[in-house]
Amino acid sequence: MSVVAWGQLQYALAAVLLLVGLYGMLVKTNLVRKLMAMNVMQVGVIVFFVSLAVRAGGTPPIEIEQHAPDAAATAVVYANPLPHALMLTAIVVSVSTTGVALALLIRIHRRYGTLDEAELLDRLAE
Amino acid sequence: MIAALLVPLVGRFSGRLARGITVAAPAVALGCAVQALRVALASGPWHYSLGGWAPPWGIEYVVDPLGGGMAVLVALLSTLVALYAGPYLRDLSPRRTAIFDSLFLLLTSGLLGITLTGDLFNLYVFFEISSLAAYALLASGGERAVMATFRYLLLGTIAASFYLLGLGYLYALTGTVNMADLAIRLPDVGGGSAFTVGVVLIVVGLAIKMAVFPLHGWMPDAYTYAPPPVTMFIAAVMSKVSAYALLRVLFFVLPPTGAVETALSVLSWVAAGGVLAASVLALAQTDVRRMLAYSSVGQMGYVVLGLSLGNAAAITGALLHVMGHAVAKACLFGAVGSLPRETAQADIAGFAGASRRAPFTMAAFTVAALSLVGMPPTAGFFSKWYLLRGAFEADAWLFAGVLLLSSLLSALYFFRILEQIYFVDPSVAEPARTPQRSTVSLASRVPVVTLGAAVLLIGLFNGWLVTAVIQHALPEL
Repeated sequence: MSVVAWGQLQYALAAVLLLVGLYGMLVKTNLVRKLMAMNVMQVGVIVFFVSLAVRAGGTPPIEIEQHAPDAAATAVVYANPLPHALMLTAIVVSVSTTGVALALLIRIHRRYGTLDEAELLDRLAE
Repeated sequence: MIAALLVPLVGRFSGRLARGITVAAPAVALGCAVQALRVALASGPWHYSLGGWAPPWGIEYVVDPLGGGMAVLVALLSTLVALYAGPYLRDLSPRRTAIFDSLFLLLTSGLLGITLTGDLFNLYVFFEISSLAAYALLASGGERAVMATFRYLLLGTIAASFYLLGLGYLYALTGTVNMADLAIRLPDVGGGSAFTVGVVLIVVGLAIKMAVFPLHGWMPDAYTYAPPPVTMFIAAVMSKVSAYALLRVLFFVLPPTGAVETALSVLSWVAAGGVLAASVLALAQTDVRRMLAYSSVGQMGYVVLGLSLGNAAAITGALLHVMGHAVAKACLFGAVGSLPRETAQADIAGFAGASRRAPFTMAAFTVAALSLVGMPPTAGFFSKWYLLRGAFEADAWLFAGVLLLSSLLSALYFFRILEQIYFVDPSVAEPARTPQRSTVSLASRVPVVTLGAAVLLIGLFNGWLVTAVIQHALPEL
């Protein structure tokens, strides 16, 4: 698992995405931007996991003996399918979280007419 | 036992037709959980592989004394809260009632899943299921609640992402996410920097979910503005389940090597600081529910302190405190929420003479409050007793001092309310708020009083609980 085909670049990408996401969630005042930053961060995690699945020279982990007995059937090195399965679940979770968050934002916007955090806090303090 | 997981999900759809199912489903789950716990105690952990895939590839559910005990706690509180929610829901339209019920059952099944899963990734999924349901429930508390919920959602997602990332590191090291499998393989590969990073990320993620002190920012707002039954359930159970997850990961999955020990000692200092800070903050609140929320932050500090001291007595104390506090906090929030709305929204002064209007509810409130202060013979006294013993055994005198001091602080903030309830005559203090006759309905009074009684029972029978259940749930130290 530790051997990575194209160097360590995708790990760096995952780290950058994570940090950009965290930064956005901390710094941006617009709530929609915060939400987008949250998504960016989740993508970072997903990239990290998918990177774990890569093996040098690995083929897609699909059984294709019947169709092309000579090509892939002989391959011994498969990409690890488990992280993909896990991330499929994580993507579903992330989508539903985003959905709930957007619903909340719609309610906030209907009530206060703004999605700027500073303005909202002023309104709430009244 | 899987029935305990499935029943709420089935009930989720038919719950639209009858509210009865909402009450029945957790009750059935409670029965299943009790039975599963008895089996687990009698004949060792009970494994179930979902979908017929053998672990470590398939998802595994495990009922051991620790997880089973937590499942019983969750199901019990869920049943009582489902009963309690009845009068509150009467004001809502049938459609909203159905939505509330299905979300509530989803939350319950998510929490039950957390306590029973034997797979760290599955744990994450259940965390997200319960969190999503919790977001929606919290947001139904009105406009202010929506804002608080959005913040909670962002923080909760950060927490989940941290947890998932940490899990990724562990997975990269071992190639498995099954708890038992990880526990076997980690000692060989643990100790490197990847292991350290993984542990730190998981602990931070779970600590946010638990609302341990410096990471508690989301909690008071969310608890204060949410509808009463929701606060009652979430305050009582959600953070406890996260505490369970932390215990599970730290003591059952990870090997006790460098990084874990460091994490524990950092946690103990954080918890000690959190206990004191939260108690002081609670003292400064005037809104009762906000005060209870801060008190929760402090009480979770006790639990974490117990876990991080890491000896048998301290962990026993922590587990007993998880039980005692879950029941007591549900009772407190329930009592506050069942009072007429104008009182519940009000500050501490609004409680003046409440004992005359709702004697039973207020008696339960008093018992629960005394338990949090740590008066014998309530549950709180005994859990604190074990925690103190653990602190002495670990020669952690400072932490013992912290425990005693914060008990005093919580005595201060609870007695402020108790004084209002029993000794202040409302017609003198504030003639405008004339006492009405008890408007607390039976359906909400029964659960609250039951919880109050449970606080006493846990206290009285703590010896039995410790020897029969908790002792078997302790990790091998």
